[in-house]
Amino acid sequence: MLYAILCYHDEAMVGSWSKDHDDAVMEKLAVVQDNLAKQGRLGPVARLLPTTAATTLRKEGDPPLVLDGPFAETKEQLLGFYIIEAKDLDDALEVARDLGRANPGGSYEIRPVGVFHPGSVAS
Amino acid sequence: MSNIASDLAWIDAALISARPQAVGALLRYFRDLDLAEEAFQNACLRALKTWPQNGPPRDATAWLIMVGRNSGIDDARRRNKLAELPPEDVISDTDDAEGEIAERLDGSHYRDDILRLLFICCHPQLPATQQIALALRIVSGLTVKQIARAFLVTEAAMEQRITRAKTAVAKADVPFEAPGAVERSERLAAVAAMIYLVFNEGYSASGDSIKERAPLCDEAIRLARLLLRLFPAEPEIMGLLSLLLLQHARAGARYDADGGIVLLDDQDRGRWNKPMIAEGMALIDKAMRHRRSGPYQVQAAIAALHSGATHPSETDWTQIELLYRTLEMQQPSPVVTLNRAVAVSKVQGPQAALDLIEPLAKRLAGYFNFHGVRGALLLQLGRATEARCAFDQAIALAGTTAEAAHIRMHIDRLMADCTASGTAHAK
Repeated sequence: MLYAILCYHDEAMVGSWSKDHDDAVMEKLAVVQDNLAKQGRLGPVARLLPTTAATTLRKEGDPPLVLDGPFAETKEQLLGFYIIEAKDLDDALEVARDLGRANPGGSYEIRPVGVFHPGSVAS
Repeated sequence: MSNIASDLAWIDAALISARPQAVGALLRYFRDLDLAEEAFQNACLRALKTWPQNGPPRDATAWLIMVGRNSGIDDARRRNKLAELPPEDVISDTDDAEGEIAERLDGSHYRDDILRLLFICCHPQLPATQQIALALRIVSGLTVKQIARAFLVTEAAMEQRITRAKTAVAKADVPFEAPGAVERSERLAAVAAMIYLVFNEGYSASGDSIKERAPLCDEAIRLARLLLRLFPAEPEIMGLLSLLLLQHARAGARYDADGGIVLLDDQDRGRWNKPMIAEGMALIDKAMRHRRSGPYQVQAAIAALHSGATHPSETDWTQIELLYRTLEMQQPSPVVTLNRAVAVSKVQGPQAALDLIEPLAKRLAGYFNFHGVRGALLLQLGRATEARCAFDQAIALAGTTAEAAHIRMHIDRLMADCTASGTAHAK
């Protein structure tokens, strides 16, 4: 089954990491990712730009309203996501724990994927 | 071992990111900058003691505000010989109260607290250097030592500068009630200008001071991001952050190994920071949708046109010239015209550009770049003797050794060309 691991964290805090700390975290995450990739279980991975770069399209009106900023004002923001292959929830949680050890703080939301199109954009 | 290190890094980042909001809220309570800072300091000390053991609080900022406020009140009572507050262990059990405060933080105070804190630092009575120093100390939380190093002055001198600034601010009587719409937008403009100053301090560094001053650029970007998070629909603040990101993205390519200036045309574009450019481009894209142009947006748009060109020859100079025209109307200044002249020289040739800047000679007589640009234009027109004279004037006005070295390189090239092609020109 495919799972999305949605990464939430306090953006202001992650933005206060020193470059060295950020690099170190990314390096540790890369080890976990490489491991998954070798097993053929790693799908698309994305780190999102800060929510200050975000725009929201509210569709309830006609025409839809374009708003600056993220969809919801929350304490923790969606900063990135992984798509992974896992046997079951336990297995997916195990991957999330591995990622969490590499990057402590914040939360991961583990969501089973319903429809998945691998897409066609080059990275 | 690495766990302890990452714990401390986490706490550090939490304290840094909570600082503007926490000090801003404490300032509202105590209405005294020193008291607010001291209270925040106390709260940080408490955090360093208890967080590694008890784990992080649910809302670090709310925790710091509450513990800071209590310690401040405690201090004030002690000073006034009044009854002391209950012992520490009572107030460190903060869970319920923390939730209550966190709820209140989501309210409208939050934005105005941070804006007030930033605004206090850029009070019009403070000279620019004091504004920057105060903001870095109070809002960013850099140590006096770090700031002194960035400004290439002694710690004692910087300490004095900050103290003087604080005294001026205390006398200035900034109102503590929530500002009205007009006042809020005035504060926003002043704060944006101050952030731009902080950035420029880092950006204009050269030679030996690059390493020391580069963090000022990062700090300015962090402050601009903070401001945009507070005012997410302000196109000029998007423009400001975009401009800073697009400029800073070139940091790795702006100087050669010896600290010499590398001009935009000669920079290795592979060394530009791509994620920073992507963010800067996204922001100016968003900003322009608002159709409320302003100087930061126009400058960001110019920077974006440079960043978008994979090779200097692909630069859209016609568009850049138009944008400088817009900037001239929004913010008329001879320096902007000088910059437009560079674009004009690319589109219409050096003579048109020279015609544009000659009338500025008097007003820009003391400006290094004026003579540098004028020299380069004269050189393109084959007027070598006058070019040499302009470059000499530029060297005399150079503010840094890198600037002087850069012009000297022009002169060396000029001399070499003259010797080599002297016969050809003479015919």
